[in-house]
Amino acid sequence: MVKLPIYLDYAATTPVDPRVAEKMMACLTTAGVFGNPASRSHSFGWQADEAVALARQQVADLVNADPKEIVWTSGATESDNLAIKGVAHFYQKKGRHIITCKTEHKAVLDTCRQLEREGFDVSYMDPEPNGLIDLDKLAATMRDDTVLVSIMHVNNEVGVIQDIAAIGELTRSRGILFHVDAAQSAGKVPIDLETLKVDLMSFSGHKIYGPKGIGALYVQRKPRVRIEAQMHGGGHERGMRSGTLATHQIVGMGEAFRIAREEMTEENARILQLRNRLWNSLKDIEEVYLNGDLEHRVAGNLNVSFNYVEGESLVMALKNLAVSSGSACTSASLEPSYVLRALGRNDELAHSSIRFSIGRFSTAEEIDYTIEAVRNSIGKLRELSPLWEMYKDGIDLDSVQWAAH
Amino acid sequence: MAYSDKVIDHYENPRNVGSFGNDEKNVGTGMVGAPACGDVMKLQIKVNDDGVIEDARFKTYGCGSAIASSSLLTEWVRGKTLDQAMAIKNTDIAEELALPPVKIHCSVLAEDAIRAAISDYQNKADK
Repeated sequence: MVKLPIYLDYAATTPVDPRVAEKMMACLTTAGVFGNPASRSHSFGWQADEAVALARQQVADLVNADPKEIVWTSGATESDNLAIKGVAHFYQKKGRHIITCKTEHKAVLDTCRQLEREGFDVSYMDPEPNGLIDLDKLAATMRDDTVLVSIMHVNNEVGVIQDIAAIGELTRSRGILFHVDAAQSAGKVPIDLETLKVDLMSFSGHKIYGPKGIGALYVQRKPRVRIEAQMHGGGHERGMRSGTLATHQIVGMGEAFRIAREEMTEENARILQLRNRLWNSLKDIEEVYLNGDLEHRVAGNLNVSFNYVEGESLVMALKNLAVSSGSACTSASLEPSYVLRALGRNDELAHSSIRFSIGRFSTAEEIDYTIEAVRNSIGKLRELSPLWEMYKDGIDLDSVQWAAH
Repeated sequence: MAYSDKVIDHYENPRNVGSFGNDEKNVGTGMVGAPACGDVMKLQIKVNDDGVIEDARFKTYGCGSAIASSSLLTEWVRGKTLDQAMAIKNTDIAEELALPPVKIHCSVLAEDAIRAAISDYQNKADK
């Protein structure tokens, strides 16, 4: 019998791997490495410093970077803020134009909005309907005063993988800095910063079986990228991010990245098999739409719209499944997912979307239970749906005069 | 978000789901909301010669609270005169289902639905 509820929201966060938790617990009490890594005058500090150095190496190893290029932060949101504001502020005499995409995470979009309030100019590109950036359109958006392009590697909602190698070629040839939010891709897609022409990259601990509250920013050294610090204090992290290093969090993130590096290939194959099992059993349902490109997609993500069924009620029907919906009936605005809207999905399909994200501890039994539960719920909710009834009666819903409220 | 037991009950066992035939004469239909906003309610009432609602049906596309609001409404209007049904307030529905503030619009939509159904019935009756 499968244990309920089933967790299928790995893109939101992941449980800490037990191996990671063990390493973390060894950095807290008197029996462990509790010292301040910045303490230079005794062994407590030296040991903590060593633990941090090892973790920095482990994070760097996963993405083939130099440990000196890794700056610890509190998470990917802070990394995005530090990268974008840091570059914008440092290079503002060179130019004040930034390019990003409408499907970026709010940590990027809201940071750009803040820079607009400070007088910077931001272009928000539309992705193609499959979620990917068109390189020609990106090139056409670049200007002489463009200083930064910020494009995420893997999208958190639809899981599509951007061609950051090609984007990097484009930005480097134009002398523009390139920031990549890799919160959803590290440990899931191979990343080689030695060859990629990426200048800044954001990482998160808790998306890859590490703890919450820790992240990192890759700041390239050759060619050297400068950023203006956003957090001032003791001059930690070579002045780029002050604040006492959280040894246990850092050690946890390091171990999580080490495990990802060793097990990624095998794990991806297993997760992809589960994802295919799920999609192959859902795609024959009438009026079902996959959101985002299937081929250029991270293994664990499946984002599907079940037309004529509202997402939040579907989440309620799937009460034994932990999944996310692109419908936002709870918010004051009633606006559905901005990512799906940017992909050109109409409001109905955006309101009808469910994101399943599969991970390390997902099993085939869980997927089979999910398939059964989804198929039953869709049937039940469509029986309840006036839109489904109209669709079945051959009425074109776009021709109806709806009273928006 | 945590739903009240009453919302969950109506959601899991919705009352009076369905539609009356399109050409039934003594039927009034109210369709309110918009797919773009994430909820559409269709409420139908069948009115007898004494002006009493003897049956009601609904179909709703929307969140659990929207489904529960319309399901509850079909129970409430049965046996009521049109005037009595007209007097049902969204606040009564919200209170009965213990809707949280972000879901009050579901009860407002339900009130709109019964008014639209009554008005549709009256328009047809006048012709």
